[in-house]
Amino acid sequence: MPSFVIDEKCDGCKGGEKTACLYICPNDLMVLDEERMKAYNAEPDMCWECYNCVKICPTQAVEVRGYADFTPLGASVVPMRGTEDIMWTVKFRGGTIKRFKFPIRTTPEGEAKPDGGFGVGPGTLDDQLLFTEPASLRADKLWTLGD
Amino acid sequence: MQDFETVEITTDLLIIGAGMAGSGACVEAAHWAKENNVKVTVVDKSAMERSGAVAMGLSAINQYTGENTPADYLSYVRQDLMGLCRDDLVMDIARHVNGSVHMFEGFGLPIWKDSEGNYVHEGRWQLMINGESYKAIVAEAGKNAIGMDNLIERVFVVQLLLDKNDKKKVAGAIGFSVRENQIYVFKFKACIVVAGGAVHVFRPRSTGEGLGRAWYPPWNAGSSSYLTTTAGAEMTSQEVIFIPARFKDGYGPVGAWFLLFKAAATSSTGYNYMAEGLAEGGELHNWPPYGQVKPIPTCLRNHLMMIEMFQKGDGPILMHTDKAIAKIADEAPDEKTKKRKLKELEAEAWEDFLDMTISQAILWASKDVFPEEAPSEIMPSEPYFIGSHSGASGAWVSGPEDLQTEASKSEYFWGYNRMTTVNGLFSAGDGVGNSSHKFSSGSFTEGRIAAKAAVKYCVENPDMPEVDDAEVEKLKEKILIPFKVYEEHTKYTTLGTTNKKYALPVEEVNPNYITPKMAMFRLNKIMDEYVAGWGSQYNCTSITLNIALDLLKLLKEDLNMLAARNLHELLRCWENVHRTQIAEAHTRHKLHREETRWPGYYYRKDFPKMDEEKWGKVFVNSVYDAQKDEFTMLTRPKIEVVDIKEVVGM
Repeated sequence: MPSFVIDEKCDGCKGGEKTACLYICPNDLMVLDEERMKAYNAEPDMCWECYNCVKICPTQAVEVRGYADFTPLGASVVPMRGTEDIMWTVKFRGGTIKRFKFPIRTTPEGEAKPDGGFGVGPGTLDDQLLFTEPASLRADKLWTLGD
Repeated sequence: MQDFETVEITTDLLIIGAGMAGSGACVEAAHWAKENNVKVTVVDKSAMERSGAVAMGLSAINQYTGENTPADYLSYVRQDLMGLCRDDLVMDIARHVNGSVHMFEGFGLPIWKDSEGNYVHEGRWQLMINGESYKAIVAEAGKNAIGMDNLIERVFVVQLLLDKNDKKKVAGAIGFSVRENQIYVFKFKACIVVAGGAVHVFRPRSTGEGLGRAWYPPWNAGSSSYLTTTAGAEMTSQEVIFIPARFKDGYGPVGAWFLLFKAAATSSTGYNYMAEGLAEGGELHNWPPYGQVKPIPTCLRNHLMMIEMFQKGDGPILMHTDKAIAKIADEAPDEKTKKRKLKELEAEAWEDFLDMTISQAILWASKDVFPEEAPSEIMPSEPYFIGSHSGASGAWVSGPEDLQTEASKSEYFWGYNRMTTVNGLFSAGDGVGNSSHKFSSGSFTEGRIAAKAAVKYCVENPDMPEVDDAEVEKLKEKILIPFKVYEEHTKYTTLGTTNKKYALPVEEVNPNYITPKMAMFRLNKIMDEYVAGWGSQYNCTSITLNIALDLLKLLKEDLNMLAARNLHELLRCWENVHRTQIAEAHTRHKLHREETRWPGYYYRKDFPKMDEEKWGKVFVNSVYDAQKDEFTMLTRPKIEVVDIKEVVGM
């Protein structure tokens, strides 16, 4: 309803530093009932169905039920996101099941280097070169008028 | 009311927003800041890992110029926006963007490659990616550059502060934490406003639970525009909204279907409106010169679709996915290849949705839609403010010095690249106007451009501006007014006094206040019915626009009576204040430009034609005086920096 939390699976991330879905939701929708240590989507009609709460939940407690004002019941789309790829299970209302697996990144998590591997170029504050250029352009120089 | 603590942050450069443009700003600023001993801080209302428009992911990078020149890219952008864009800004992004894309690959983003190791293009400018983690990866590079100690998450910036002694210079910002009772006061020499475009200004097509299923994310609440506008920065092209035509209801992307799979769209009875529109004597020839050459501008593609749907009644519009797949399969030399090809196509088609619009995948699954078996409906959406796409709204900024002619330099260059008309206030991405078609990669790139210039500004303007403490104290109170309003009046009604069983945000009816959601609905209704939303079939006149201005004035007064019960609702209150500002600016810009230049985005029915002579060579700009609550409208000349002989297509 868009995203919803399965009561029996949610423990409010009590073992972790923070409740994962509250941490990640870009629209600040998730709320933790601290007495019960259960999270819920408090504003489902502002949910974009971006699935970030679903992907991040360590107990697979969060799922999505399509917007009720135009989505017939019965289907589900469930991701399983690993460190290198994501596996999607698409269940159709009529029973068809499709599975897809796509890569998500080529570097170990946490190791995106700000220069992208291109190092620091010769630019100064007074020219037009960005700090990785011209190497990151894979060109000899930066284009300007007349080139 | 609970006490609020004040957290004061003093820095040199504040980056407001950490989406694609903000992440680019982090990567670039960190380098130059370190070299020049400048302190950089980043503030985001969400978690940077998944904030901004790319939070869900993307299936393509839409700006990569490859072997084409920046002037080639310009030819495409100028054509798509019906002649109006800033040549200097567009070419500036285009000349740097390849480098950013190569860096994404270095960060760890999987970009599709063919058997020879070349990028797989969706179209001339678009690359296919496995983009589920696109934002997470780019944000990671940004965080690694800037350092976690300099990143503040879950703080919403409400307003900028000007220098006490110089009202043309920015000096700080004020906002609040959406998680703790804290007001944040930032003091700085410069800031980069990269806080996205605006969604839910117009009424979305789904208004029940699917209210949140906007094409662009619902958390883009017009903050870039609000922050720059209310600081007194000159704004441009606020009339140029964007209406994407997408798969109906889910708003799933159509780019891969049109460009990669070469699918055709027709009316319900099979009329190929694009081919017929281009043919001799077709509708597109009524919009010279832009309608007469390919690629057909985005607004004109919408326009043709709207004629079928609204004038001829020959809707819905159908994307013939089945025929496109059959055609590709038929080209296979044998059964085995055909089977493999079909399997590949199926995965590509589904990934397109799963990477960036998962709702569309749920919708197809829930209706047992198989794209190889039947066509699917596409539909024009509600209007969005998105300066990075085929819209153009945003701040009027200085361009780079070296991409100017003598004539353009006096109009388009004032010292620091991407600085607005307020000193020290920079912008990028959806925040900058007239540099359309930058998308994710170009927004990141523009963030980099702005960041380098902003660090240079900090170095060359080393004196710390002075924040007006009295003003800060007033704003601290003002930010919390919605709590006060609620506390004062809630006990007037039974719903306000009842010991509610749960803390869900039920709507309270009270004659003394308005909840943020109802304020948004009021705004949506005004804009939809009088300012050319889908409900008025994208039509408006000076009469309807003036009615809207009257209603917006009343709404603005009532925004002083917004009520909030918790920090989340306080966030929603201020987001709707931000939305209302761009709504008014947009209405005034639409009123000022007396022509219909972007049919398919909106129609000024009292000026139904494009007036190239009067309006073809000018941008509509505005300056807002926050003290007087007054807009001044003006025009700025469009100066072509390069001669375009031929439009380079998709």
